[in-house]
Amino acid sequence: MPLLELRDESAGYDGRSILREVSLTVEAGERIALVGESGAGKSTLLRLLYGKLGDAAALMPQDSALVQALTVFHNVYMGRLHERSVWRNLRNLLLPAAADVQEVREVLAPLRLEEKMFANVGQLSGGQYQRTALARALYHPGRVIVADEPVSSVDEHQAREILATMNEEKETVLLAMHDRSLALEFADRIVGIRDGRIVMDTPSAGMTPDDLDELYLSKSAIAA
Amino acid sequence: MILRRESSPLGRATSGFLLIAFVCLIFADIAISTGDPWHEFGLLLTGIVTPDFYQTDSLALAIAYTLAFALLGVAFANVIGFGLALIFHYRIVRVGCAFIRAIHELFWALIFLQMFGLSPLTGVLAITIPYAGIIAKVYAEILEEADQRPLSALPVGAGRASTFLFVRLPDAWAHFRTYSMYRLECGLRSSAVLGFIGLPTLGFHLETAFKEGLYSEVSALLILFYLIIATMRVWMKKPLLPVYLIGAAAILPWGVAFSWAHIGRFLTEDIIPYPIRAGGDNMMASLGDWVSMLMVDQIWPGTIATVQLTMIALVATGFLTMAFFPLISPLLLGRVARTGGHVFLVVVRSTPEYILAFVLLNLWGPSMLPAIVALSLHNAAIIGHLIGRFTETLQLRLDAVRGVNRYFYEVVPRIYRPMLALLFYRWEIIMRETAILGILGIATLGFYVDSAFADLRFDRALFLILITAMLNICVDAISRTIRNRLRLQTTLEER
Repeated sequence: MPLLELRDESAGYDGRSILREVSLTVEAGERIALVGESGAGKSTLLRLLYGKLGDAAALMPQDSALVQALTVFHNVYMGRLHERSVWRNLRNLLLPAAADVQEVREVLAPLRLEEKMFANVGQLSGGQYQRTALARALYHPGRVIVADEPVSSVDEHQAREILATMNEEKETVLLAMHDRSLALEFADRIVGIRDGRIVMDTPSAGMTPDDLDELYLSKSAIAA
Repeated sequence: MILRRESSPLGRATSGFLLIAFVCLIFADIAISTGDPWHEFGLLLTGIVTPDFYQTDSLALAIAYTLAFALLGVAFANVIGFGLALIFHYRIVRVGCAFIRAIHELFWALIFLQMFGLSPLTGVLAITIPYAGIIAKVYAEILEEADQRPLSALPVGAGRASTFLFVRLPDAWAHFRTYSMYRLECGLRSSAVLGFIGLPTLGFHLETAFKEGLYSEVSALLILFYLIIATMRVWMKKPLLPVYLIGAAAILPWGVAFSWAHIGRFLTEDIIPYPIRAGGDNMMASLGDWVSMLMVDQIWPGTIATVQLTMIALVATGFLTMAFFPLISPLLLGRVARTGGHVFLVVVRSTPEYILAFVLLNLWGPSMLPAIVALSLHNAAIIGHLIGRFTETLQLRLDAVRGVNRYFYEVVPRIYRPMLALLFYRWEIIMRETAILGILGIATLGFYVDSAFADLRFDRALFLILITAMLNICVDAISRTIRNRLRLQTTLEER
């Protein structure tokens, strides 16, 4: 049985439709990259998928959306807020419990963030900030990760590190990416979107970035 | 490797203030001394839900006077304040404005009452003078923060006046208008409260009705007052302003006579410290005695009580704000519940803290408790409203948790800084109001001021008012230092 299935779904905001009759089947264990021009509907499709998955999926939104005034520990701990009692959450807000600190430390250590555990997120560098957002998603118990442009604001070295960790730690990976070569390198299936429709759905094996060109050419260029 | 949570300056400031307030609370008298406070409270509630609009013969007149004092007072304050804002770069103007706004409008009213009696001049001046000091400061800040970029695009040689009219004023004008509407709301509250010292505004009738237990009448007066404030944006239109001002000036009873000789004596004799007035060989020695007597008997205990009450009220306001802002926050409550929240906050912040304290004092008997509750309710409703509106601008993640978890992890960390900024900004306002509540019988500085006026010892009253003003200026300075150090900023809309 597939992990999730979309059949002729449409979506949009304020009566304006962005996705038109999209069908997509995702199997557990797949690593799927959604590619396409900005505004093509990648984020909307990703949100639709996340909506179906519910708390089975960890989310890494486009702007990371960490709480600036809280520490790295707290932001990562928030990945399991919904699983813990309110009292435990309250207690951890004021005085982090040793057991939870240990758990979070294990997530942070491989991401080289252990020393920053009790720094406020507002004081982090761009890469550290992005890795904290990843740590939060990794700490989330869901086996699926839904990430919208997770590496758009970091250099290529850090981007590879983040994507590799994601593939390693989560069973199923759903990404929206604009970097074509990274998408081909880290995903095993490419879903191309243009003007709110899926126009390409192929395994990434053997593809080159040039094969994705048709997704990025504007309509007028094709007509010409 | 040491993994310790570095204590943040914000956290240290918070625990410091909590500790101070706790110590103040230990020494505070917060007992309820009336025999059966809940019985009287029941009667009050019954009265509140059964308003009687036909009890007070002069209800319409009381409302009209309240409006008239507020309109004239705020209008004059706007004109004077604007003028002062233009010359605010002179140190003498800044200091002068800080001084006149450090004295509460009720203290000004008590002073003018000795000079002009119950003439409308007393009420209008009592609002105009402190408000002019506040408006001058805020308008000066608005002009300073106005967009400077158009300045560079101006042709070389454009005169100062035209530069001001074309570049600085247009940008600031919208802010001036918003702010003067807020000031008018404050003016209406001040005007209502002036009734408590004898002017014919709402407070006068409120006090009478309350003392006689006519709670249905109290309710009617308050409901009318809320309606006026709630509908302000409807009736306060620019083209109508001249009509309102002329109308206000026309209905006030200017006929009350006052004697210039009397005013002259007040200014040149009555308010001069007694030993100086008496003169004699050992004037300096007796002046020293006079000051130290006031110091030991009144200033010292009055100041301690004022500071103590202020600190408790400040921290209590913080706690209440945390409970109030969710009432109107779309992140935490649904549309229907928020409507109720808005009504609740409007009512609580429209009720002057003086009136709240007066009501609670009558229910619970004299102690610090009514003052603490009144000050924190009123101020928390104001800050809670601003913070609640601020949360409308926050974007939460798609997967943000809900309920209590959302409140503590997503919302509170984001609003804490702006909330502290507003809280420290209102610190001085809370202190000014704390001193005033002394008139109701709580032993803050206002209590000694009021007693001195009652005993016709105007020299003492003035001296005590000066001390109170100094105290306010000190707290303002401390608050500014703390806000700068913690980098807490308030935006123009929040002043």
